[in-house]
Amino acid sequence: MRVRDIVTALSLEIIHEGEHLDDPVEGGYVGDLLSDVIASARRRDFWITIQSHENIIAVATLKDLAGVVLAKNTTPHAETVEHAKRENVTLLRSSMTSYQLVARLAGLGISGDR
Amino acid sequence: MAIEDPVLFRRVFKITGGDFQNAGSVSKEIKKALKQLNTDAEVIWRAMIVSYEAEMNVVLYARECEMTLEISQSGIHLVFDDRGPGIPDVGLAMTEGYSTATREMRERGFGAGLGLPNIKKTSDHLEVVSTVGFGTRLDIRLMFPAAVSKAA
Repeated sequence: MRVRDIVTALSLEIIHEGEHLDDPVEGGYVGDLLSDVIASARRRDFWITIQSHENIIAVATLKDLAGVVLAKNTTPHAETVEHAKRENVTLLRSSMTSYQLVARLAGLGISGDR
Repeated sequence: MAIEDPVLFRRVFKITGGDFQNAGSVSKEIKKALKQLNTDAEVIWRAMIVSYEAEMNVVLYARECEMTLEISQSGIHLVFDDRGPGIPDVGLAMTEGYSTATREMRERGFGAGLGLPNIKKTSDHLEVVSTVGFGTRLDIRLMFPAAVSKAA
């Protein structure tokens, strides 16, 4: 399943399309502690977080994540959107909580098992 | 590195304390260099954990840092030499969950006390030398898989 398919299935808001919309999503990670995410998220993971500041973009870039989803309608800082554009990171948003998003992703067959 | 393991690539970077805007940019440069040298993907992945954590430590706590990247046949050598407050008890700082982060840092998702433990876990060698009131030096090595198996 590609990022684009998940955006459609979960009605995610696209804040910045980025270069990953056609990437296959291989798993997911949920976390608001950046040290935890940098250590444990895997390549092409879909990252769900409520962190809104610009440092999330560096984490997504360095770990080659498939996209960042801001849960609970979290509003990104202006710098975050700027960074996402500069780094071409796919930045998305949803009104759902992190838990609801994971439940929906699992329903689409993205279990997180590899 | 030993004479029989000459340095193939060397670059020095500057990191500025408190500069959240550019935090991660040195790690990105390291990633670019490693990719250009066709480094093993798993080693790049580990290098990113290590360099990002060390870079964030500088941004969060230090004033400035000179970071030296060296790549040889056997692996990657990263030295972060900062001017800052130093670490009074390095053993304690290496303990998972211990942190001196402020509330503001924690709200940004830092300061979980995972930085140095993550670096230690992910690298093949970590040496921390710190002088309170002067600064901290992290000496980190990551070995390429072929070099590890040769050494074993």
